[in-house]
Amino acid sequence: MLYAILSTFLVAAFAPTIHRLTGRGSGWVLGLLPAGLFVYFLSFLPAVSSGESIVLAWPWLPGLDIQLSFLVDGLSLLFALLISGIGFFIVTYAGRYLEKDRDLGRFYVILLAFMGSMLGLVLADNLIAMFVFWELTSITSYLLIGYNHENADARKYALQGLFVTVGGGLAMLAGIIMLAMAGGSYEISEILSNGDVVREHALYLPLLFLILLGAFTKSAQVPFHFWLPRAMAAPTPVSAYLHSATMVKAGIYLLARLNPSLGGTDVWFTTLVLVGSVTMFTGVFLAYRSTGVKKVLAYSTVMALGTLTMLIGIGTETALMAAMAFLLAHSLYKGALFMVAGILDHEAGAKDFLQTGGLRSALPVTAAFTILAALSLGGVIPLFGFVAKELMLESVLGAPGLVGILTLLAVLTAILGVAVAAIVGIRPWFGPKVETPKTPQHDAPVAMLAGPAVLASLGLIFGLGPGLADEGLINAAAASVQGAPVDGYLSLWHGLNWPLAISAFSLLAGGVLYWRWEQARRALAWVDRAAEYGPEKGYFKMMDGLVWLSEWQTRVLQNGYLRYYVIVIVVVTAALVGVTAQLFEVGVGSLNFEGLQIHEIAILAVLVASALFAVLTHSRLGAVAALGSLGFTVALVYVLYSAADVGITQVLVETLTVILLVLVLFRLPGFLNLSSTALRLRDAGIALVMGGMITLLILSTVDARLFDSISQYFIDESVPSGYGRNIVNVVLVDFRALDTLGEIFVLALAAIGVYAMLRFRAEDRR
Amino acid sequence: MNMHSLILRTTGHFLLPLLLLFSVFLLLRGHDEPGGGFIGGLVAAAAILLYLFSMDTESARKVLRVDPRDLLGAGMVLAVISAIPGVFRGQAFFTAQWWEFTAPIFGEMKLSTVLIFDIGVYLVVIGSVLTIMLNLAEAED
Repeated sequence: MLYAILSTFLVAAFAPTIHRLTGRGSGWVLGLLPAGLFVYFLSFLPAVSSGESIVLAWPWLPGLDIQLSFLVDGLSLLFALLISGIGFFIVTYAGRYLEKDRDLGRFYVILLAFMGSMLGLVLADNLIAMFVFWELTSITSYLLIGYNHENADARKYALQGLFVTVGGGLAMLAGIIMLAMAGGSYEISEILSNGDVVREHALYLPLLFLILLGAFTKSAQVPFHFWLPRAMAAPTPVSAYLHSATMVKAGIYLLARLNPSLGGTDVWFTTLVLVGSVTMFTGVFLAYRSTGVKKVLAYSTVMALGTLTMLIGIGTETALMAAMAFLLAHSLYKGALFMVAGILDHEAGAKDFLQTGGLRSALPVTAAFTILAALSLGGVIPLFGFVAKELMLESVLGAPGLVGILTLLAVLTAILGVAVAAIVGIRPWFGPKVETPKTPQHDAPVAMLAGPAVLASLGLIFGLGPGLADEGLINAAAASVQGAPVDGYLSLWHGLNWPLAISAFSLLAGGVLYWRWEQARRALAWVDRAAEYGPEKGYFKMMDGLVWLSEWQTRVLQNGYLRYYVIVIVVVTAALVGVTAQLFEVGVGSLNFEGLQIHEIAILAVLVASALFAVLTHSRLGAVAALGSLGFTVALVYVLYSAADVGITQVLVETLTVILLVLVLFRLPGFLNLSSTALRLRDAGIALVMGGMITLLILSTVDARLFDSISQYFIDESVPSGYGRNIVNVVLVDFRALDTLGEIFVLALAAIGVYAMLRFRAEDRR
Repeated sequence: MNMHSLILRTTGHFLLPLLLLFSVFLLLRGHDEPGGGFIGGLVAAAAILLYLFSMDTESARKVLRVDPRDLLGAGMVLAVISAIPGVFRGQAFFTAQWWEFTAPIFGEMKLSTVLIFDIGVYLVVIGSVLTIMLNLAEAED
């Protein structure tokens, strides 16, 4: 399993090379990877559909109890199969669609890395691992959406998607940490069996909302739905992939995954059902009044995501079956339709439904499969979309609350859904021929047709034989969402009942809406104006605010005056130390001057005298010399208390410091009195506060001993485990070698920083 | 940066090899007696700086032969490499490995990843100090 996921990243790294070697066939060659993964995941199917769930674990950070573990059950397997299966068609499709793109190699890298992250996300059993993969999908999808990076819009909307999803992801991180505290483990499989404990926990509400925020932003629920249609700036294969099986479904996956431990409460029900149903209706409504091919499809994805959220919220057995069936149905038809959108663009140059019409004869095969997929989108018998829609309506009618409003929204959605399906399935293919920007010469190539054909046909096969999907996986998936075995089953014919009546009615009403599409769009023109005040406006306002804030704080903090930096650092340090000391009531130890020797007094006197001279002198060289004498005297103190190494180091550092100062000194102008007396008094005050604080701190540590000193351990262990008699050095290079490594990195960075600064100055002057 | 002092120049010439030898001595004995990579590195850097003061930056660079920035990189690489052998023996990252053997002339010898690490520290210290100082001195000229 680990190798399966790692292999995607590995192949991703070599994708440009493979692309160069294989040229035009690269899509097929790289497609072998997702195809192989699909077969590999398929091998889990018999065990999983008989109700098993498999956990595979590798130690990762044993010290923090974090392991890299994977959970294969109905839900994760359903997702893994969709990701790898549709992934195969996307890769081969992209190989043709972006054939002439010079960056195709780079595209493969990101696409495969995205696929690997997505697989990791749905298979991870550890919350931290899942979060890492979750953020990886955000980052890789950012790169995918912004693939046409020379286009300003693509960059802007890629960033928008990144901000929305990563912002939600951060909230989710806080949420899952709380979840792990409440559930007592980072392993999802263990948390799921602890549902009651989590629901009773004091942190339940905050953790629920934080996690929901993550899921809702990722799955484009209202009011975060705006980023999804904007992500259409991506090349079409990406849109097809993001919308059908991946990215946006990640939030749905999270909700479904955590349902056994978070679900079943009133808050869960109300939040999910309301947000979901509103999103569902908003999505389909906006889809109906858009004309761009990809835009219509994108908004209908918003509709599907809302439906899924609502169904998981309803949470009855029927609803969970419906959710899983709908998930599968949507992945199949949406993947197919987006690839068709790409074909329309590729062959006919059409990006808008208004530019299309009567293409049936030019693109006969494409047309046939589009109609098949659109029928599934509209929920027309006998396609799988119909099975899913019937179940959806049935679970809405049987919801434990809010039945009225849910039914209303569901019926409206069903009607508009039929109209949208008609726009996709009828508009481009029938009616009078419309002059498209490019006259299609031939139907799409095999690599681009394979996806729509297979996915749309699967919609028909599963529709005619729902048992195939049901017994295979849907049942097991619903069981893992419910956390208990499921009795329900999928069937095409439920008898004469309310859902069927609603379906029949929506077919009729949807037909009328499609017939009056032009008029309806004109009547709904006000929506555009209203949308200017929508959530996206809020997003842009917030981003402007963020930029303003960071500019402001950069101006204030990074003002370029060294003295202010020093003042800020010193005052903040003193304040923090002072407040902490106050809070913890740190006592000041008593001073004991007994046994003070004459040479110690002498050293002390030299120290004080050098410090005073350095402050008071008007000669720079004198000040440097005084600082040097201060440093050497401190070294003497070390030697006196038998810290030979520290003493030597101090002497050497002092020597080098003096050299450094002398080197710089030549560059400074002659001594001038530039600051007023008041300013100098202020500086003196700050210096005294800092000095006083440090003195108090040292005095307080004379008596206080909070922990046992570790030095005895070092003294005892230095020779037996460190093989060295110089304890300081053994600590530096063996016991605490990692610290030393960090320190030398800092040292090196400082050197490089100074080097860069000096070089910049030298170049400026030239 | 030429001090034009005959005494300084003469002593600089003689002290440079002695100080460099002394720095290696400090580095090697560091594990048992006062010394070690950090101190050794400071001494070596000071030796080059003394030479710099007695001659000029150009001859200091010449006597160093390599760019101090390369020392910086080499030191860091050595320090990181020394952390790895432990992993192959199934121990934690950075676990020290020791090899003791008897060499013909030197008698009992101890070699270890710790020594490699200390050499890394030694090189990083020389590299950083000299990168800063030589460039400052050159900005001077």
